[in-house]
Amino acid sequence: MLSNLGNILLFLNVILSLSIIYAANRNLKISGGVDKNIFQLSLIQSTSIIICFFVLIAAFIVSDFSLITVYQNSHSLKPLFYKIAGTWGNHEGSLMLWAIILSIFSFLFLVYNKNHPKKFRLLTLIIQNILILGFLFFILFNSNPFSKISPIPSEGLGLNPILQDPALAIHPPLLYVGFVGASIYFSAAIASLITNYSEKSFSLSIKNWVLISWCFQTLGILVGSIWAYYELGWGGFWFWDPVENASLLPWFAMTALFHSLIVFEKRNLFYFWVIILCLITFTLSVTGTFLVRSGILNSVHTFASDPTRGVYILIFLSLMIFGCIFLLFKKYKKENYDLNRNSKETFILVNNWFMMFYLITVLLGTIYPIFTDALTDNKISVGPPFYNAIILPVVVVFLLFMALGPKAKWIKNKFENIRTYILILTGAIGLNLAIIFFFKSYSLLSNFIIISALFLIISSLMDILKALKKNKLDFARIISHTSFGFLVLFIGLNDIFTLEKDYNIKLGETKKFENYSIQLQNLDLKNYKNYQAVIGRLEIKNINSNQTNILNPEIRIYDNPKTLTYEAAIKTSLIKDYYLTMSNIDRSDYYNIKFQKKPLMVWIWISVIMIVVGGSLRLFSNAKNN
Amino acid sequence: MQKIIKIIILFIFLFVIGIFYISLTRDTNYNTSSLINKETPEFKIISFDDSNFFTRDDIKKYDYTLINFWASWCAPCRIEHPILMKLSQKKNLMLLGINFKDKELQAKTFLSELGNPYDLLAKDKNGKNSVKFGIYGIPESILINKEFIIIKKFVGPLSADDYNNIIKIIE
Repeated sequence: MLSNLGNILLFLNVILSLSIIYAANRNLKISGGVDKNIFQLSLIQSTSIIICFFVLIAAFIVSDFSLITVYQNSHSLKPLFYKIAGTWGNHEGSLMLWAIILSIFSFLFLVYNKNHPKKFRLLTLIIQNILILGFLFFILFNSNPFSKISPIPSEGLGLNPILQDPALAIHPPLLYVGFVGASIYFSAAIASLITNYSEKSFSLSIKNWVLISWCFQTLGILVGSIWAYYELGWGGFWFWDPVENASLLPWFAMTALFHSLIVFEKRNLFYFWVIILCLITFTLSVTGTFLVRSGILNSVHTFASDPTRGVYILIFLSLMIFGCIFLLFKKYKKENYDLNRNSKETFILVNNWFMMFYLITVLLGTIYPIFTDALTDNKISVGPPFYNAIILPVVVVFLLFMALGPKAKWIKNKFENIRTYILILTGAIGLNLAIIFFFKSYSLLSNFIIISALFLIISSLMDILKALKKNKLDFARIISHTSFGFLVLFIGLNDIFTLEKDYNIKLGETKKFENYSIQLQNLDLKNYKNYQAVIGRLEIKNINSNQTNILNPEIRIYDNPKTLTYEAAIKTSLIKDYYLTMSNIDRSDYYNIKFQKKPLMVWIWISVIMIVVGGSLRLFSNAKNN
Repeated sequence: MQKIIKIIILFIFLFVIGIFYISLTRDTNYNTSSLINKETPEFKIISFDDSNFFTRDDIKKYDYTLINFWASWCAPCRIEHPILMKLSQKKNLMLLGINFKDKELQAKTFLSELGNPYDLLAKDKNGKNSVKFGIYGIPESILINKEFIIIKKFVGPLSADDYNNIIKIIE
């Protein structure tokens, strides 16, 4: 029953999209405003796709195993929360989420951009609906979440236990708002090219959408990292895994885009560059989807892959890319930028160069293994050493520019108080030396990174003082930039000061290292609804301060599907995290434990949240100004 | 000039998409079957007790050699161990064990618990030597003849079928 209802709603959506395209096209030819019917159709479209998604959620809640998707990804014994989250935790369901976001953004863009030319708005709507159609066809004919299975299985296969985590329940929706949100300015960019709508006001139509998608993308990446840290059990939070990279690529493009938009809005420069970035962002989102879902990359994110999916997305991607290239070639006019080398415009352009540098580095690292495999039959994998070696040194220079850029004036700038900068730099170097003096020394590159991060932080904080005097405070920028400085600083310090120990330990045994002792005091076996757990009780004692902490790492044995997972025990405090994982060693009384002391972990998360807070503040102030 | 740039851009994208398309049809699982019938590389690998080095000269003395990569931490290695013990009784087959990224004490415990099937035992603490043999996970075994030619590769634990295969080849 649910299957039929779902399929009917999907078909209804196809018809609605076609009607919107038809109505918008007809409306283009007549004068007057945008036809009311189009608003209504668009509203019905968003509503019906949401209902369709709820039908799927319902199927998951009632464990309707007549649907293949439910059968493959759920289980009747699963807690309700994870049944619901399981709806978008799989390929088919997540595509539904894509369709929803595409439709909602399409409707909202239409509603909120009443001051822009009708032709531009209608064309954006048409292009957005072509994208929606593409996804709907993909869902209907290739990845239909409402496909039936016969005979109906009595029980489902279950959701991979490491995916049963609250962070992972919200990670995909956040990321998709970012990924798919980029579609609307992709459509708008094409509409702008076709209708020659290249005035400054074009930037007003898209800048808030860029910010929304950027904020969600950042949060999505953050939640994914937090999940990896808590769940994957080796204490890291970023692995340069191809799937992580896929989420980072559009992020670089978005970041470059909303910086360029500032210049475009203010000085009416960089129009084509803005358009290219709009196109690149969504293209990268789809490319990421292709890489992840087609199964051509090996990654820790193992989605069930199916080559026909890959072919479909690749065709879709090719049409997008060549369509964009064709249009750009046709419409491109050489723009002459008479930029003063020392001006805000130039600094923002430099930001864009950096973003493009990061983007290209990560893109190359991600797809390089595919190329070597296809061309030379060599399987290689590109890992953290590549990214660290290329990206980290550049970050130093980037941070310095990030500190100086915002202070520059438009058109022609003159740095007046060079003495202040030298003072700030001295301060940063002094602080860095203090860290080395009181704690320990670290590599030359780490020194540079810490100093440049401190330089950015101090100079941004000084901006607050200065701005307060003039009563012209750009909170959004200051918070984001300062937080980015803090983020780099905390990641740097965390990396430098992490303490890691690995032991095989028996019940009752104590191990000592530096000024810590660690004891396995007890092992407990517990039964839960869908798993059994061996829970260790370990006491970590700081010998100097006599402070003790009890940590309880778990070894979980899940029933459906049968899997063993290791749950890290993490004690978080403002200064440091204790991170402990335990695994059993076959046929022995020993347990392998891995202990890590990771300083300032929480502050890494907080910095990213603050970066997003900065972005949201800009969004609110934009909304207020409009 | 502009035309050339346009053509180059177009070509780059065509190339990338072409590669993506080709990759779709490829098996992404790592496969080293191409090494079969090729000669093993020269190697110099340190013995487990650090007393000497093993090279290809040590293989030359036997009709057949099975190089087995193992570690105490690897669960499937335990599964294949009885088969290795059985193979160790064959006269014309030399077993060269390479202990892969392991701790010495644990490796010793493993062998004293389950028996030592190896005629020669070497170690590869950081896994670098094993890469030369095209090893990417353990257990893996390589059957080599006197002329250093790789006759067969076994990825994963040796099974009863593999045992019969090996016996057929060496007899």
